[in-house]
Amino acid sequence: MSLLDIRHMTMKFGGLVAVDDFSLELNPGELVGLIGPNGAGKTTVFNCITGVYKPTSGQVVFNGRDITGMRPDLITRLGIARTFQNIRLFGSMTVLENVMVPLHWRLRSTFLEAACNTLRYPAEEREMRKKAMALLESVGLAPFADYLASSLPYGSQRRLEIARALSAQPEVLLLDEPAAGMNPRETQDLMEFIRKVRKDFHLTVLLIEHQMRVVMGICERIVVLDHGATIAHGSPEKISRDPKVIEAYLGVERHA
Amino acid sequence: MTWSLFWSNLANAVSLGSLYSLVAIGYTMVYGILRLVNFAHADLLMVAAYAAFYGVLVFRLPFAISVLLAIVLTAGVGVLIERRAYRPLRDSPRITAMISAIGVSFLLENLGLVLFTGRPKSFPVPGFLGASTDIAGIRVTNITFVIVFVTAILLLLLLYVIHKTKTGIAMRALARDFDTARLMGVDVDSVISLTFAIGSALAAVGGIMWALKFPQINPLMGMMPGLKCFIAAVFGGIGNVVGAVIGGFLLGVAEIMLVAFLPSVSGYRDAFAFIILIATLLFRPTGLLGEKIGEKV
Repeated sequence: MSLLDIRHMTMKFGGLVAVDDFSLELNPGELVGLIGPNGAGKTTVFNCITGVYKPTSGQVVFNGRDITGMRPDLITRLGIARTFQNIRLFGSMTVLENVMVPLHWRLRSTFLEAACNTLRYPAEEREMRKKAMALLESVGLAPFADYLASSLPYGSQRRLEIARALSAQPEVLLLDEPAAGMNPRETQDLMEFIRKVRKDFHLTVLLIEHQMRVVMGICERIVVLDHGATIAHGSPEKISRDPKVIEAYLGVERHA
Repeated sequence: MTWSLFWSNLANAVSLGSLYSLVAIGYTMVYGILRLVNFAHADLLMVAAYAAFYGVLVFRLPFAISVLLAIVLTAGVGVLIERRAYRPLRDSPRITAMISAIGVSFLLENLGLVLFTGRPKSFPVPGFLGASTDIAGIRVTNITFVIVFVTAILLLLLLYVIHKTKTGIAMRALARDFDTARLMGVDVDSVISLTFAIGSALAAVGGIMWALKFPQINPLMGMMPGLKCFIAAVFGGIGNVVGAVIGGFLLGVAEIMLVAFLPSVSGYRDAFAFIILIATLLFRPTGLLGEKIGEKV
């Protein structure tokens, strides 16, 4: 059975059809790329999956459960976490605190226990800090735990976004252009990092990218969106030869 | 001015500043998360004072118990206001929620006038708090010390909650970026309810201590202090808790000292606070500690 099943999802904003009849099944452990030119509707797909938007029609089924239009925090708690194209860290909080945000709700102690630092809270808090530190350790950000998130260099902020999403302990990780603004060298490192994280955390990954080259080496399957519509779907080799894809990217077919 | 007079003025100023701080925090916390000026916050002072008044004089409860109940009740009223008057408007333009806030404020004030009548009631001040102590020849009422002491404790507790607890982390995340916080599993509604509960409880403590310091209560007693605390929050940098505290203290001290040093202009005491507001908005709109907050997208 597929882990995440998107069925005939359509999202309209007034007259604009941002996503048109989008269907995709993610199987456990897969790494699938979602590519397309700017404005193709890739981020809208993410927003519909994560509950930011309620799709106009269609269904999102996760682990056999219909999550269409559910509250974003509940969807995250069920096990779908994401990053953002334009980095959206909690800049005025420390690196460690950023990673603690998705962990906080797992604590069972009440507000009063937390405020008085008694009963279950101290132990739970220590546990939460330990988990958050371990996670920072695994992405190589532990030395910067007490820095403000906004003070990190760009590449590390990208990593921290991924770490923060991981601390939600997701089964499905949605990455929205994680390589945006990176040079080829950094992009290469990041792709290695994603590959490693996916293995270590047993994740299923859906990766948005608009540079086709980036995802070719890492994804098992690729879906191509253009103007909201799925124009191709298949293995990287197949996609890279698809005339419709080439046209969408280049406007005209240059290579005979 | 003699030194002793100066010291007693200073004690007075610090205690007034403490009261402003306590109430300003409620404005700033709500603004930080919802970008809403909660005009009804001022009237919570009145709600708390009357609740304590009725607890002691009508239900014959011990003073401490009725204060505690008044705080809990006021926190509940604050949460209820958010749930009924602001939450349904969360996706509406911000001005809509603000108008709703003004409406709630009028509702509370007029409800107070109907229930408690407009005639001021004298607040029962326990003997110990009303008494004075001599310190190095300066007579200061005990309530002055109690106000400063209680405020200091509550502020430390609040800073601890905001910076060290799971709830505080969720609150700060929410204040920073509403949508991202939701996507990181923060339950917006419950964090907002808690924010209102905390802010309202602090306002309740402020209102009761206000009533102990100026033991005449009436249904409109919250208006002027509420406005000044809002000014304090703006002055300190709205959205910033530490800023609200600093703003509250500075405003309190400035007000008392103005009257102490320039008795001839003491009639302009309230106007002075508004001058500070206007000057802040003109010359430093983000306030003392405020960071530039862009429109949320």
